[in-house]
Amino acid sequence: MAANYEYDEAAGHYDDQAAALRQQEVGYDPNFVPDSVKSFVVHLYRHIREKNVYEIHQMYETSFQTLSERLFKDTPWPSVDAVAHYVDNDHVFCLLYREMWFRHLYARLSPTLKQRIDSWDNYCSLFQVVLHGVVNMQLPNQWLWDMVDEFVYQFQSFCQYRAKMKNKTEQEIALLRQFDQAWNVYGVLNFLQALVEKSAIIQILEQEKQGLEQFTATDGYDYSGGSNVLKVLGYFSMIGLLRVHCLLGDYHAGLKCLQPIDISQQGVYTSVIGSHIATIYHYGFASLMLRRYVDGIREFNKILLYIYKTKQYHQKSPQYEQILKKNEQMYALLAICLSFCPQMKLVDEAVNAQLREKYGEKMGKLQRYDDEAYGDKLSRRQRYADEAFGIYDELFSYACPKFITPSAPSFDEPLVNYNQDAYRLQLKLFLSEVRQQELLVGARTFLKVYSTISLGKLANYLDVDESTLRMTLMTYKHKTHAVDSDGKIISNADVDFYIDDDMIRVVNSKPVKRFGDFFLRQIVKLEGVINDMDRIKVESAN
Amino acid sequence: MGREIEPQKSEQQVSYTVEQLVAVNPYNPDILPDLENYVNEQVASQTYSLDANLCLLRLYQFEPERLSTQIVARILVKALMAMPAPDFSLCHFLIPERVQMEQPFKTLIVLSHYLETGGFRLFWDEAAKSRHIVDAVPGFEQAIQAYAVHVLSLTYQKVPRSVLAEAINIEGLSLDKFLEQRVADCGWVIEKGQGGGQVIALPKTEFNHSELKKNSGDAVPLDHVTRIFPILS
Repeated sequence: MAANYEYDEAAGHYDDQAAALRQQEVGYDPNFVPDSVKSFVVHLYRHIREKNVYEIHQMYETSFQTLSERLFKDTPWPSVDAVAHYVDNDHVFCLLYREMWFRHLYARLSPTLKQRIDSWDNYCSLFQVVLHGVVNMQLPNQWLWDMVDEFVYQFQSFCQYRAKMKNKTEQEIALLRQFDQAWNVYGVLNFLQALVEKSAIIQILEQEKQGLEQFTATDGYDYSGGSNVLKVLGYFSMIGLLRVHCLLGDYHAGLKCLQPIDISQQGVYTSVIGSHIATIYHYGFASLMLRRYVDGIREFNKILLYIYKTKQYHQKSPQYEQILKKNEQMYALLAICLSFCPQMKLVDEAVNAQLREKYGEKMGKLQRYDDEAYGDKLSRRQRYADEAFGIYDELFSYACPKFITPSAPSFDEPLVNYNQDAYRLQLKLFLSEVRQQELLVGARTFLKVYSTISLGKLANYLDVDESTLRMTLMTYKHKTHAVDSDGKIISNADVDFYIDDDMIRVVNSKPVKRFGDFFLRQIVKLEGVINDMDRIKVESAN
Repeated sequence: MGREIEPQKSEQQVSYTVEQLVAVNPYNPDILPDLENYVNEQVASQTYSLDANLCLLRLYQFEPERLSTQIVARILVKALMAMPAPDFSLCHFLIPERVQMEQPFKTLIVLSHYLETGGFRLFWDEAAKSRHIVDAVPGFEQAIQAYAVHVLSLTYQKVPRSVLAEAINIEGLSLDKFLEQRVADCGWVIEKGQGGGQVIALPKTEFNHSELKKNSGDAVPLDHVTRIFPILS
């Protein structure tokens, strides 16, 4: 029986060549359905009805990509109307098909305004169906994540598109006015929020902690005949909300949306590499903007180590390029965090080696300070500071999210592009933080090598007056002591000191060796080796 | 879509606090007037809700034509008063740049800069020139003084009287009175400094006395130990 259901990719190959040829000759015909596509939708539809998650995942991840590569490299897939009768005109399946149809279009071609609006409508219909609880399917986490991810991406893409007003045609402007609800920021946020609420995912995660519910243990799947769709969409929507809020510069709200997910542990968010990366990238970025550098460093370090170790397994994945891009961006963000808060002890050896290779030189320049007490040190210090400023600008611009302006333009005023406004504002505020911390580089340089030094002497070294030095030292303390989400003061300081009247006393902080962890790791390792040896004995005896 | 809860005015219906409204309707433009009133209420009653104020700024960001500069200014003054928390930055990130170029925002941004960089003398001078902005919010001075004391206690074990005076903008007899009360209530001690002037020994905390710092380096979190439970059993 099962063999009949097997979807055979090779069988359709010759038809495909004919179909590809036909497309070249007559151009894209949305109503023409090659046999391999017919077979694809028929099988996918069947697997979905039978809740065969494994097969759905295979077709979704592999076959869809292969067919796109082979047949639809630079044209859209056949229209949904053309395939609907192969799948009993199933409403939900058609919505899913359209979702993939648009995703493929966005990835390979540039969508028209009409198509952007249609895609929004499709998401509305799809989410309405899910929210009203009429979906009885079990879909792979990968697919559900891609839906949320793509939904947010298309929203971001729409905002960017709309903000480039200069070269809009009259027809486009008329459409924008007419369909002003399409990709409206309230609509986007409320859909994500509704998915979170309706799925009751926050309560589920809460109950799971008390052992009353299983969610993480089954990766969100429902093995008792139910559907995982609403629950998992709700779960991923929390990450979607984090991302939307970061795109808007609303970091506090973003982190709040993520709070129900405990990122110190594995969870459903780590079951899909794309969601894992999106979560940590945005969490880390928001932490950086909130000056919680240690939080950022910890999480970046963890995921960069993970990517470093598992990169090769994702080489064939359609997300591979995206993984590499985010990997690079997170190294840049880690470089920024470490320059504000030089705590190398938090970074793993392998990650550190990569970081040195990629950003070693730049990081050196960010920390550079001329401590010579003669010659033209002043102009040199200023030059170093300016250079560091330029590098911060460059790293931030490369690694930051694609910020958006959520409001619609006023169509009556002269049409100007405003797609860079949001980015420029966030960059400006970040750079003003850099300026505020500029003097700290010098203070650090000296505090590291002294155990006690008088204010007068240090002021002299830094070429500032004593009251500026007192300001600098207070700035250092303020900037290295973050307030966490409960209002508690957390020290991120790399050098500890205090002032006693007019003497600075530096606390000699020896690097703490983590013996406890080391021994735990070795115990586990040793146990593994002993187990391996036991197995070998048994086998050779047989 | 489950966001039907509206602020209720009539008496027989249930009424919601603004905080509940924000929790249930974080993305609902209809609550904007309630949030604006709530800002004024916070000013009058010397209370503070970052979440409600950020929610309002978010709604302004979505519909810039509804933005009220007076309300935004009040939110920012309240955010300054919440230092050392990064609330001012959080609000700042959400305000369109062209608005920030106008007064009173330019002044408020300068004030924030001085506080962020320990420039208390500069801060108080600037604030004195902008009384109309800060006097509109009761409790402003005390809040900034509390922040100044916070930063001083992170930095100093013993702080010269003149430095303290400058940071909290209190001098002479008023300062004597202030100190007297702190000595009685907060464990401050007045001593004689090296140069002959007064120094004030601030209470020990883990941030200005290293020996009080919790040594987290030696601790092993429980979930790390659980890894070896199967082996030990």
